[in-house]
Amino acid sequence: MREELLRVIEKNSRIDLKELAVILGVEEIDVVNEMAAMESEGIICGYHTLIDWEKTSIEKVSALIEVRVTPQRGQGFDNIAERIYKYPEVHAVYLISGGYDLLIALEGKSLKEVSYFVSDKLAPLDSVLSTATHFILKKYKDHGTILARKYEDNREKVSP
Amino acid sequence: MRNPLSDRIVGIKPSGIRKFFDIVSEMKDAISLGVGEPDFDTPWHIRDEGIYSLEKGRTFYTSNAGLKELKIEISHYLERRFHLSYDYDKEVMVTVGGSEAIDIALRAMINPGDEVIIPQPSYVSYEPCAILANAVPVIIDLKAENEFRLTAQELEDAITDKTKIVVLPFPNNPTGAIMEQKDLEAVAEVIIRHDLFVISDEIYAELTYKGRHVSIAEIPGMWERTVLINGFSKTYAMTGWRLGYACAPAAIIAQMLKIHQFAIMCAPTTSQYAAVEALKNGNGDVAMMREQYNQRRRYLVNAFREMGLPCFEPYGAFYIFPCIKEFGMTSDEFATRFLEEEKVAVVPGTAFGDCGEGFLRISYAYSLENLKIAIGRLADFVEKLRAEKR
Repeated sequence: MREELLRVIEKNSRIDLKELAVILGVEEIDVVNEMAAMESEGIICGYHTLIDWEKTSIEKVSALIEVRVTPQRGQGFDNIAERIYKYPEVHAVYLISGGYDLLIALEGKSLKEVSYFVSDKLAPLDSVLSTATHFILKKYKDHGTILARKYEDNREKVSP
Repeated sequence: MRNPLSDRIVGIKPSGIRKFFDIVSEMKDAISLGVGEPDFDTPWHIRDEGIYSLEKGRTFYTSNAGLKELKIEISHYLERRFHLSYDYDKEVMVTVGGSEAIDIALRAMINPGDEVIIPQPSYVSYEPCAILANAVPVIIDLKAENEFRLTAQELEDAITDKTKIVVLPFPNNPTGAIMEQKDLEAVAEVIIRHDLFVISDEIYAELTYKGRHVSIAEIPGMWERTVLINGFSKTYAMTGWRLGYACAPAAIIAQMLKIHQFAIMCAPTTSQYAAVEALKNGNGDVAMMREQYNQRRRYLVNAFREMGLPCFEPYGAFYIFPCIKEFGMTSDEFATRFLEEEKVAVVPGTAFGDCGEGFLRISYAYSLENLKIAIGRLADFVEKLRAEKR
């Protein structure tokens, strides 16, 4: 049940527990226990909302930053990653294989704010060798959801 | 002027679904639970392969029986899923949907006056196709208390010395019934004893929710008596691509192929290339869709229980078949009033045979969100009818 439960709530974390139990074919108490267990095991890390900020009047600027760093003896990349992810404006930090080491997703109020973060906080870090900042112009799809399109049922309404 | 029409075709009743279709399509704000096709889009990698084949200019006829590559994939698939062995070259043919396969299988096997046993409720085309093939259809009324499975006794009772073919429509549209191994073994014994053949329409084979589907062709002694029909419409959400297939002993396929060759030539080439991709890399899509159908199925079974509408638990396809006899209306009256008063379309059970009277076919090829709205309205309607009766 665990895997199927995760697949359902990954798409819809607001589903009520009674309904969740029905569609999974289990008892509600089992769903409650399983979710509590997965929360304490750190499998379920949060219940977020996917927002298309473009459609609001709130200005936001997002960027992806490639960072090349020197790993530290005995620490690998963990220390430097931690120094970076502690900034609240940093949304995600990934260790990447290939041409650079860390990929950072950053969200700021303005271009200026993002540039400030890169030039004053990120680039000066000792182990950071170089950065390349890519501003996001448009989000087509996020978290597996297509933002631009609404589902339309084009089927004939009755068919055998 | 003489009557230009054939008496036989004029004598065939138009599909019972048509009337509803006409009312619903005029009602703009109506929501529907009447659809017999998946709500998912064809998975993108499959569509992409179809587009790519067009870009590469693969726009010619394929051989009559279908692309060799596709026939090989079909035979691999049947081996992998059902341990069935078919020679791709002589025992597999690609058709324009499962519907064409039903038609040509009957035409290839029937002599005038042969009887074809058709269990109902079932898909709308078996009976007219049998009549068009010069056969005499013999209907078995399946029963709710058997969960609409075909029993050996029912079959035995319908057999005469003219019986030649039994149509096996499982997993079933419209009831959602399945036949498990023990059920199939019981009817297979009767079929073999009376030296009959089977046309097994397994188009919903991948949509079962109680273990994997078992094909009648897997039962010992049945392979050589079976025309197995399957296709891509339901499994891969490819209804509009019009692609199915039939597998049978070479002697039967050879004759089916003759009809196909003269009437159709070959199934759509683009669809065949897309289907190769579906069989090669579509397992994950099927599992995802099956899981979602199953969640909706559980939701509906529970909703009907809460409404107090009697309904056996369906384990196949994407339909549920609740009983509405308590309201003292025909299925048609119920469906018509439900549509007029609550603006939700369902299909009366009688569209799938007279013994569907007192039942409704409700499709769960809709998102849970849509199902909830429609089922909410059904619950209101049922309450209203019960209040009227009091």
